[in-house]
Amino acid sequence: MVIPDASTMPAVESEAQLRALLAGLCGVDAVGAEARAAKLATRSIKRSTKRAALDLAISMVDLTALEGADSPGRIVSLCTKAMRPDPRDPRVPSVAAVCVYADLVAQARTVLGDSSVKVAAVATAFPSGRASLRVKLADVSDALDAGADEVDMVIDRGAFLSGRVGQVFDEIVAVKEVCGRAQLKVILETGELVTYDNVRRASWLAMLGGADFIKTSTGKVVVSATTPVALVMLEAVRDFAESTGHLVGVKVAGGIRNSKDAIHYLVLVNETAGSSWLTPDLFRFGASSLLNDLLMQRLKQQRGAYVRPDEFSGD
Amino acid sequence: MSDSHVEVRKTYKLLIDGALARSESGRSYEVTTAAGAFLANVAQGSRKDVRAAVVAARAAQANWWSATAYNRGQVIYRLAEMAESRRAELAEHVALSEGLKPAAAQVTVARAVDRMVWYAGWTDKVAQVLGGANPVAGPFFNFSLPTPSGVVGVVAPQESSLEGFVDCVLAPLCVGNTVVVLASQLRPTPALLVGEMSTTSDFPTGVLNIVTGFTQELTPTLASHEDIDGIDLEGVEGDAADALAKVAAGSIKRVLRPRGRHDDPTSLRRLRAFVETSTVWHTIGQ
Amino acid sequence: MTQHHLANSELGSLDYDPAPESAQIAKLKGAYGLFIDGQFTDPTQHEQFASLNPATEETLVTVAHASAEDVDRAVASARKAYDTVWSKTTGARRAKYLFRIARIIQERSRELAVVETLDNGKPIRESRDVDIPLAAAHFFYYAGWADKLDHAGFGADPRPVGVCGQIIPWNFPLLMAAWKLAPALAAGNTCVLKPAETTPLSALILAEILQQAELPEGVVNIITGDGSTGSALVEHPGVDKIAFTGSTEVGRLIQQRVATTTKRLTLELGGNGANIVFDDAPVDEMIEGIIDGIFFNQGHVCCAGSRLLVQETIADEVLRRLVRRVEQLRVGDPMDKNTDVGAINSAAQLERIKELTAFGESEGATRYTSSCALPDKGYWFAPTVFADVTQSHRIAREEIFGPVLSVLTFRTPEEAVAKANNTNYGLACGVWSEKGSRTLWVAQRLRAGVVWANTYNRFDPTSPFGGVRESGFGREGGRHGLEAYLNV
Repeated sequence: MVIPDASTMPAVESEAQLRALLAGLCGVDAVGAEARAAKLATRSIKRSTKRAALDLAISMVDLTALEGADSPGRIVSLCTKAMRPDPRDPRVPSVAAVCVYADLVAQARTVLGDSSVKVAAVATAFPSGRASLRVKLADVSDALDAGADEVDMVIDRGAFLSGRVGQVFDEIVAVKEVCGRAQLKVILETGELVTYDNVRRASWLAMLGGADFIKTSTGKVVVSATTPVALVMLEAVRDFAESTGHLVGVKVAGGIRNSKDAIHYLVLVNETAGSSWLTPDLFRFGASSLLNDLLMQRLKQQRGAYVRPDEFSGD
Repeated sequence: MSDSHVEVRKTYKLLIDGALARSESGRSYEVTTAAGAFLANVAQGSRKDVRAAVVAARAAQANWWSATAYNRGQVIYRLAEMAESRRAELAEHVALSEGLKPAAAQVTVARAVDRMVWYAGWTDKVAQVLGGANPVAGPFFNFSLPTPSGVVGVVAPQESSLEGFVDCVLAPLCVGNTVVVLASQLRPTPALLVGEMSTTSDFPTGVLNIVTGFTQELTPTLASHEDIDGIDLEGVEGDAADALAKVAAGSIKRVLRPRGRHDDPTSLRRLRAFVETSTVWHTIGQ
Repeated sequence: MTQHHLANSELGSLDYDPAPESAQIAKLKGAYGLFIDGQFTDPTQHEQFASLNPATEETLVTVAHASAEDVDRAVASARKAYDTVWSKTTGARRAKYLFRIARIIQERSRELAVVETLDNGKPIRESRDVDIPLAAAHFFYYAGWADKLDHAGFGADPRPVGVCGQIIPWNFPLLMAAWKLAPALAAGNTCVLKPAETTPLSALILAEILQQAELPEGVVNIITGDGSTGSALVEHPGVDKIAFTGSTEVGRLIQQRVATTTKRLTLELGGNGANIVFDDAPVDEMIEGIIDGIFFNQGHVCCAGSRLLVQETIADEVLRRLVRRVEQLRVGDPMDKNTDVGAINSAAQLERIKELTAFGESEGATRYTSSCALPDKGYWFAPTVFADVTQSHRIAREEIFGPVLSVLTFRTPEEAVAKANNTNYGLACGVWSEKGSRTLWVAQRLRAGVVWANTYNRFDPTSPFGGVRESGFGREGGRHGLEAYLNV
């Protein structure tokens, strides 16, 4: 086990130095990365490994409600389910967190009380990130004041793509400072970064800025998490841990709807970053419908027959 | 028993974006056998149907081309498999449409299936026959590859309702184009059967679009449409081809002029008609 | 940046429960005869030999040993089929038979994958995802050529050669059969195929497939046996062309035997491929490529990237990552869907690997061997990397044909090319760099039939494969692959 040691974090002293550091990261060959991700997807996870993987995946879910139309009633339902995903079976673990907009944090906090389920708030003008730093920081403060344990911020993709990496870095540092002890997840929105080279550089940028997690996507653009993108991010956290001693988590979000996909991601984690990352402290799924599929597969393992979707609540 | 069975007749529809649909105009026209008997009511496509077909073909083109050549070959071979299993039905329609004796119709159908197999084999060989490395005088790796023109409009032959149709449609498809084809006006049903087969042959939607209707009404739309990159005028009769070729020049289309049925079957004329040559230079040095 | 090493044990320790494919899928018969003139027949001498599962050392089936007399029968059958049927069959008709064969291989792919893995010892993941699909793809590809030979660039109406004797190795049994048969049949030849002694099974299933495809009798004859059978085939006066894939040693003998005859010959022989890594390589994909290059199929690959040439500036970092990755490889039951490295094909091959690796240590190279547990029964060799290897070490000069990688370093592109070319072989090389111009510069200077850039061990029916120098001559695959089977 590597002991985190703040003194080994490379200090970023100037934008030029940061740019040089990011440019010095080795490239990603797209064909090779996609082939590797596809190959790992052929792993066959059976029997007790599958049962363990399903429970692990449930414990890693950030149960997400990010629709404009979400009602207080839905948040109550969501939080209740987060604590006890299957009301009939107390052996089913709680999920890791519920993930909501800042204005619903207080309500989630009330329902969750002091349970193990964290309240994560998307902030910093989620999902586009298009607002002044002042507004973004106020957004974060609101969420924290309302009782959020974790903050999911978005990076300014426009600034990153136009080469203003210093600006992106400074924003992350500023948000991290406001977060204090709250966990900071930095959303790269990889669907807008497009290339794997960009994903690798943005991952390092976020980690250098103090991210506790790097997260793929908002779920609000066409392309969300993909396995090759997750592979590149897992390589980044592995290499970052080796060079700094800091273990940074990875959250994949958007488009992960079934157990098979979730298990593929766990294999990817296991064989890329390593089993140290197979914990909700270091790997999360940002998802809503995934949880029901995990529960259905879990029940199928017990009963030996496929079960109806209506076995579980819709929210 | 068979005497008491009342035949369930089929409605013949357009094939646009993977869906079999009536004309947006609501029109249809009567198609007869070569002997003049009623055969079917067929959708009479409109200019707007052509427009919709072009939109579908354009949307499908990039993915059809980026699929591997091997995959395109498998899809076209699958079409041959489907056609083989429906040879009797095809032969019946060819016989009725073209006025052939059953044996002659069967020979035509067999040749059409063989033509599908021929094109299935071409998808992953075109680059090797039409492309290659160029030994430029300098430290460069230089190679040329055939790439598809894009969306190709085809006016299918009027006489050869199946074999000619298959040849004119599969040649551009094989090299990565997508196609909007006007089927033979008087003999459209064999083409429509092939269209139905294509929907069960792993063809992505929009790759092959078939419009039936009046050739004279629809060809000007096809020739003038600026989002069509090439046009095969095989089914245009008489002087009309000249006028359409001129219209096609408006957007610098690649034009294949009609040549009738005397084309050498082993000629690569059709394969070459709608490919572009794309050349890449790359430096060589330490 | 400072480097803190994660303990190797922290990688990949989520234990995967066994996920074995069922051996029942193979539907093997107890014994197989010789496939001559469209029928399975008994060998004239009634000799049989066993084909073992190298992962368990258990006998799978017994197969016939073809004598010189049987070879004669097979060649006569091929000659008759050539004269009376196949040379008169149009290209379009030949195409359709080949398409049928391709389709049946696809349909029976799971069975073929299981048979291949049982007989060869390779992981089921590889036989399922590589060997069998590629074999089908080869038949598809050459099916398409059968009616297009006029366009292949060998002049108008090129003619077949006649009767082809084809001898294939044990490392990719079905795939090598497809590489040999598909172009030969497309071009209009008839064939006598001899699979390797230790891996005859998938070729015998292929014989059943040829029957299902109703390929005319005698067009393909498949005879099992050992070196003496192969020798009789090479010497048979009724054979017009020999195609051989195997060791350089045997290839040399074959070339001597046919030197004074009019027989056409193509040879695909050994190799000692270099994987050249520059300091701007995409490192994660490069590590995977090196791993694939040497541990794919237990390193039983003639074009394996058995020598790793690393730019000195990144040598330590590459070695560290490589060793970590080797430790992750899952070695064991080839039938388990999660196995990465399977069994060594035979006791003899295992002996040779052990002998050469012992030299590696005694000559002073630094050995890293995976700590993986190996099964008690069967032929096994743990994935191994030798560092500090020099050009003069035996492990760098000889083809080990096993899961053993030698790591050497270089400083300049010239030095990399010089070291890569410093071998009598010349089959394949790899170049890893994000700088295209230098990759092409290196590729131009490498004496190798195939150069892979930022990838390794890629095969495709459209792409010619074959060696230069003592790796053999002639090409298989692609348009070029037709030449060996056309009288041009």
